[in-house]
Amino acid sequence: MTGQITLLVLGRLGVALITLVIVSFVVFGATEMLPGDVAQILLGQAATPEAVAGLREAMHLNEPALLRYAHWLFGLAQGHLGTSYANHMPIAGLIGGRLMNTLQLAAVTTVIAVPTALFLGITAAMYQGTLYDRVVTTTIVAVISVPEFMIATMAVLVFAVWLKWLPALSFANDVASFGELLRIFAMPVITLCCVISAQMIRMTRAAVIDALKMPYVEMALLKGASRSRIVLHHALPNAIGPIVNAMALSLSYLLGGVIIVETIFNYPGIAKLMVDAVATRDLPLIQTCAMIFCFGYLTLITAADIIAILSNPRLRR
Amino acid sequence: MPLVDVRDLKVEARTDAGRRIEIIRGVSFTVAEGEITALIGESGSGKTTIALTLMGHARSGCTITGGTVELAGRDLVAMPESGRQQLRGTEVAYIPQSAAAAFNPAQRLIDQVVEVARIHRLMPMAAARAKAVELFRALALPEPETIGNRYPHQVSGGQLQRLAAAMALIGGPRLVIFDEPTTALDVTTQIEVLRAFKTVMKQGSMGGVYVSHDLAVVAQIADRIVVLKGGEVQEEGPTEAILHCARHPYTRELLAAFEPLRSDAPAGAANRPPRPVVEVKDLVAGYGPLGKDGLPFSVALRKVSCRLERGRNLGVVGESGSGKSTLARVIAGLLPPASGRVQLDGRELAASARGRSKDELRRMQIVFQLADTALNPARSVADIVGRPLTFYHGRKGRAREARVDELLDMVRLPRALRHRLPGELSGGQKQRVNLARALAAEPAVVLCDEITSALDSVVAAAVIELLKELQRELDLSYIFISHDLSTVQAICDEVMVMYKGEVVENLTADQLPDGARHAYSKLLFASVPKLDTGWLDSVPATVA
Amino acid sequence: MLSHPPLRRRSGFQVNAVGLAAGAIVLFWAIVALVGPDLAPHPPGEIVDFDFYGPVSARLWMGSDYLGRDIFSRILMGARYTVGISLAAVCIACFSGIVLGMTAAVIGGWFDTLLSRFLDALSSIPSKLFGLVVVAAVGSSIPVLVLVLAVIYTPGSYRFARALAVNSNTMDYVAVARARGEGTGYLITQEILPNIAGPVLADLGLRFVFIVLLLSGLSFLGLGVQPPYADWGSLVRENLGGLPFAAPAVIFPCLAIASLTISVNLLIDNLPVRIRDRSD
Repeated sequence: MTGQITLLVLGRLGVALITLVIVSFVVFGATEMLPGDVAQILLGQAATPEAVAGLREAMHLNEPALLRYAHWLFGLAQGHLGTSYANHMPIAGLIGGRLMNTLQLAAVTTVIAVPTALFLGITAAMYQGTLYDRVVTTTIVAVISVPEFMIATMAVLVFAVWLKWLPALSFANDVASFGELLRIFAMPVITLCCVISAQMIRMTRAAVIDALKMPYVEMALLKGASRSRIVLHHALPNAIGPIVNAMALSLSYLLGGVIIVETIFNYPGIAKLMVDAVATRDLPLIQTCAMIFCFGYLTLITAADIIAILSNPRLRR
Repeated sequence: MPLVDVRDLKVEARTDAGRRIEIIRGVSFTVAEGEITALIGESGSGKTTIALTLMGHARSGCTITGGTVELAGRDLVAMPESGRQQLRGTEVAYIPQSAAAAFNPAQRLIDQVVEVARIHRLMPMAAARAKAVELFRALALPEPETIGNRYPHQVSGGQLQRLAAAMALIGGPRLVIFDEPTTALDVTTQIEVLRAFKTVMKQGSMGGVYVSHDLAVVAQIADRIVVLKGGEVQEEGPTEAILHCARHPYTRELLAAFEPLRSDAPAGAANRPPRPVVEVKDLVAGYGPLGKDGLPFSVALRKVSCRLERGRNLGVVGESGSGKSTLARVIAGLLPPASGRVQLDGRELAASARGRSKDELRRMQIVFQLADTALNPARSVADIVGRPLTFYHGRKGRAREARVDELLDMVRLPRALRHRLPGELSGGQKQRVNLARALAAEPAVVLCDEITSALDSVVAAAVIELLKELQRELDLSYIFISHDLSTVQAICDEVMVMYKGEVVENLTADQLPDGARHAYSKLLFASVPKLDTGWLDSVPATVA
Repeated sequence: MLSHPPLRRRSGFQVNAVGLAAGAIVLFWAIVALVGPDLAPHPPGEIVDFDFYGPVSARLWMGSDYLGRDIFSRILMGARYTVGISLAAVCIACFSGIVLGMTAAVIGGWFDTLLSRFLDALSSIPSKLFGLVVVAAVGSSIPVLVLVLAVIYTPGSYRFARALAVNSNTMDYVAVARARGEGTGYLITQEILPNIAGPVLADLGLRFVFIVLLLSGLSFLGLGVQPPYADWGSLVRENLGGLPFAAPAVIFPCLAIASLTISVNLLIDNLPVRIRDRSD
């Protein structure tokens, strides 16, 4: 039956690849819809019509959209990300540093949020119906229901305005010491942790509670197993699939969903880069950013699916 | 002192509306050391609830509100939860109805079997494993040394049920609770499992409580029987006494429902020349995409042929996986076959229901096993029964309403039920609505797919009686699919035995059950438990 | 049906306090969205205070904004945009999601596979960025916002409805209807829809919350409702300068959003329970 597992995993990878191609088509199509003549925008209002026509020729803008899509996709596959329209720098260079910043923020948030969410989700399920559980679930509903800019503004109010522990804005330019680094990261990380762990706690709790309704859980109880043994040995191993899936969904948010947090704290990440690119109609930059986000999402979701397949005991020998 | 002493036990349950209902109303009984007592009753009699209180457990929504449950002199009701935890697995153990659901799919079998020893630190793990292998051997499991290394999905249902017994016995309990442990099994498997249970219980001289709805099964294994209804004890006594000189009318009713009703001589059919209504030739069908050889990925029917004469009934028997339900789906046009044909009144039908004419569809109706899923829970009884009237006969408004009332009368349901939703009906009532909907079409043939299997025996007997009456009144022909041989015997003129997708034998009703010649049909008929305490021991082990 | 008076049944609804309170708040905002601007003590666009980021006072119940306008009046006005746009978007998203989802479940085959693949791909694009790019491209107007929000949340609604419909589709009552010869339209509207309506309505509520959040986020980034009009997200954006000194102009719009979204969520979690005891 290992052959069956291999087939399933390959199938998942294939589906991810197909989805990526569909996504690239949508992204290309959406950016094509951006109004205005790129050549005109690049050269400014003062440019002569001849100069604009020349640039259009040079940028292959007169070719049919489908051909340009093929060119672009082919280049993307080979790692040619193109040059920015706005400042004529290679896109790879523009994105590199920003991507690192975003990934750093994501990594720090993940390291804090995932264990916290697992702990709270599992214990809330374990003590379902108790005061502890009700406090956790009510808090989660509140956090899930409010926009992230509100959590961010609340964090600023509490930690910067009232407690005066942290600066209100992050500037990653002048990091002198570890303490400094901590202070810069603290506010965005607190906000992001709240936002993504709420979803994860909710899903983890639901998955464990579902598993607790199974007859084998009652059987374990009738064998004299303690509550913690029932949850950790019997319910949890059967809830891995949905839990990992929830984790992947939440973590994918850390790539493209952080835009508001990056804006509020003035954090130089990739989402902010893309917003700026939209403002300047910088097509290649927008397309590349969008593809990075979708690629990240698909990688996480596919990884979660594969983990779920591998953790399914019915496929084991 | 008895091993178990239950006195005036009361259990309450909460309904959705928060109303409290007493579901166990003052039950008392005892179990002596080394004795097996059976709790007999139909669904809703409270037998499983009582059995679980012997482990100090009440399912969510239920609470023990009165009485005592003493196990070897200690009251489980008054005890704190930690005390009960210590007794579970060591003093009292549980064998569930569905072992397939009670085993954790993510763990190896051996780890689950020895878990009791691990939880209660009864013995070193190596010793526990050795004891488990010994139990596997005693329970006649194949490959006792290695079967424990498998996962639950890798062994059969009958093996799982015996593994569940090993799991219960590992802690050396004084009392074992059997909660309908063979109900989900095929009869040929049931006999093996029963034999294994009986052997180990005798060897260990343990006390037992055996919960079941099946008197014949209980007769083989129990020393005493407690008959329950509506959360109250109706009658109690030694097995022989209950079987042969029951005093309580309810017990007699249970016994009567068990008596195989002989099919009446096919009324009027003898006078007419036989004319086939349904004829099936060389059906091959299955699930999944067709392979290069023209066969589906998983074949459920291999060249099945049969015919149903007008006014007569054809029974199709076989165990789960024999393809009998697939046959019904193919005939109804729900599953187009890979090859073969279906004829109705001599005319060939299209493979799929979509290709059949409205009149062809009308003349053949299908009734499914589980009325719970066969009736749309969001529609009222009147809507459900009325739809075929509109669809086939174009009846609307008053005419339709009047006909719905007639149909409800026909299946002996009060007209007042017409506004109810299926969720507000009892199991037997649902099955009658299910039947009324089929009759609304005014069919010639009704395909009955296990329609009595989910019902209690008394209710099932009444439904069979109804089917017979309707046949006399409406000139119907039934194809009656069932794994339960006694119901098939009660209604069918001819019986077709299926095994692994093939027809192994065709028998007439009067040849049953001893006229079978094929080895498999012989085994199948011999495995049906009889209301006789000596039956299990009298069946030669080679059959099982 | 007149000839058969409905029988008396033991039925009723059980409501709990949390659900009642949440329902009241949702109702309050719905009414405000309808008639709010008529109740406003000051015209929302008028500068009524010489001070900006003014404090809460008897005249200005929620202080004044960065230009000295009355925040209370502006919140009453903003309710119309936030609630109205979100409601329109969620209705379009859920309607198309449910219709497509049920059709895909009943028809199955290629139609189902292609549609599911395409909508899955669509949902792998981060919603905020998708909204951002499209709104930036086409320019922000209320119809564009409604449509973009609807498109973003259709795949989720589709997936939810399809999963429920696939479950319902395997039930025997659907098989019975098929064997009877019923068409796809009947199967979808009469057999499947009544059984998935409850969960689908709850999902509609949840999706409404997501849409309110996304709309506020877009407005917060300056891509939502454009000045001089303002929804609650725009109000936060306008007055973000008051954040370092905790101006009520930032806090009250935030509270307005939170009160609406939390109430909807709590209402869904505490919906009245229909009581139908079986009475034989």
